[in-house]
Amino acid sequence: MVPFAGWYMPVQYEGVIAEHNAVRNAAGLFDLGHMGQFSVIGPDALAFLQYTTTNDLSGLEPGQAKYTLLGNPDGGVIDDLIVYRNPEGEEGYMVCMNASNSAVDSAWWFKQSSEHPRFDVTLEDISPTTGMIAIQGPNAQAITAAITDADLDAIDYFSWSNGTVAGVAAKIARTGYTGEDGFEFYTALDDIAAVWDALMNAGKDNGLVPVGLGARDTLRLESRMPLYGQELGMDISPYEAGLGWAVNLNKGDFIGREPMAAVKENKPARKAVGFKYVGRGGAPRTHYPVAVDGEIIGEVTSGTFSPTLGENIGLALIKSEYAGIGKPLQIIVRDKPIEAVQVKVPFYKRDS
Amino acid sequence: MSAPEGRKFTKTHEWVAIDGDVATFGLTDHAQGELGDITYLELLEVGDSVSAGEPFGVVESVKAASDVYSPIDGEVIEINGAAVDGPEVINASPYDDAWLVKVRIADPAQLEALMDTAAYDEYEANQ
Repeated sequence: MVPFAGWYMPVQYEGVIAEHNAVRNAAGLFDLGHMGQFSVIGPDALAFLQYTTTNDLSGLEPGQAKYTLLGNPDGGVIDDLIVYRNPEGEEGYMVCMNASNSAVDSAWWFKQSSEHPRFDVTLEDISPTTGMIAIQGPNAQAITAAITDADLDAIDYFSWSNGTVAGVAAKIARTGYTGEDGFEFYTALDDIAAVWDALMNAGKDNGLVPVGLGARDTLRLESRMPLYGQELGMDISPYEAGLGWAVNLNKGDFIGREPMAAVKENKPARKAVGFKYVGRGGAPRTHYPVAVDGEIIGEVTSGTFSPTLGENIGLALIKSEYAGIGKPLQIIVRDKPIEAVQVKVPFYKRDS
Repeated sequence: MSAPEGRKFTKTHEWVAIDGDVATFGLTDHAQGELGDITYLELLEVGDSVSAGEPFGVVESVKAASDVYSPIDGEVIEINGAAVDGPEVINASPYDDAWLVKVRIADPAQLEALMDTAAYDEYEANQ
């Protein structure tokens, strides 16, 4: 167990590689009690979300979800979020965000809602009463189907629905952080353990294992999903981070819009790139310097030995002029340059 | 698992087997368990000198990189190339197949400062 943003979380149960492979080949169960959830309700709920986040949420139908960013006034990013519009018959939205940031986010966000009285909105931190777990992997749906009355086929990617799971009321979302198919479950906090136990029981003949933070990180990195504090930060533009697709400059004004537009206009000075090792060496780790011809041009934001590919991979934020698939980089590992080459991301994409 | 008899141990979880003036170093079962799946091993080269308490290599798991520390002074006379090529052997066989380096002992008196098996088992149980 390690301290993680004020929570005690297991880095691994059985072992990072075994857990990683279980999610790619069968299924894994994730304790996400550390994530933060907020309810956003009121006549101006959509306008408030449009103004405080970067993506265009105006097209969300009831039950649909979208990835978006909380921008800061300087054009950096406070956090990344998934906004779920509540299912038919329920007003408002639920927002799910990171652990490490939820205190910062909520303080900032509450301030926005009070500073802009034109937004008639009620923002509530429901994390203390909300339980969250996820099942991910090719067997996730078969295992879930055994303990729910919900029509899982009717839940599209990035949408959610109400259902009874293990006898308790849940919201079932087809979202995740692994690059595999699967579901995230939200219930009342006191009910979530029953869902965990029922899934573990239903999955015992389907290869289901509990998965810790270690494999959560290797799975998301192979799928090139960003981690706040590494790929995303207060001083990194979404356009540098390769997340311009989560910014909509044409939806009207929003916090951070002008500086973000300026970065896009002038071409970002830095670019997030994927790489893999050509030479042999220790794994790339966050903040390791990246060089070309002996000149430092950036740093590693995330890196790991990839259990699926069997080689060292990583993401780096480098000066844009050096970016390009097939172009070389040197990763400086304990003062030793290791030859690497830029590759297409994601590193892993499941067969669909 | 109890550590094997007849070897010496460090507080940083390396083991030493002694054969005449040659010492063989490796990592204990406790160390490999703490590291998790080991994916990379880097060692000094034959002819390099080692000093007690100084690194003679780096071992990496999916989670992190850690130095491995020399229990005594000496000169490296052989390294385990099979463990460098397939470092997962450290997880599978920490006390046998995964020896790491052989060293010509400079000062046998330094061995006295290391723990014996019983002392290490007790030390490890309190970690």
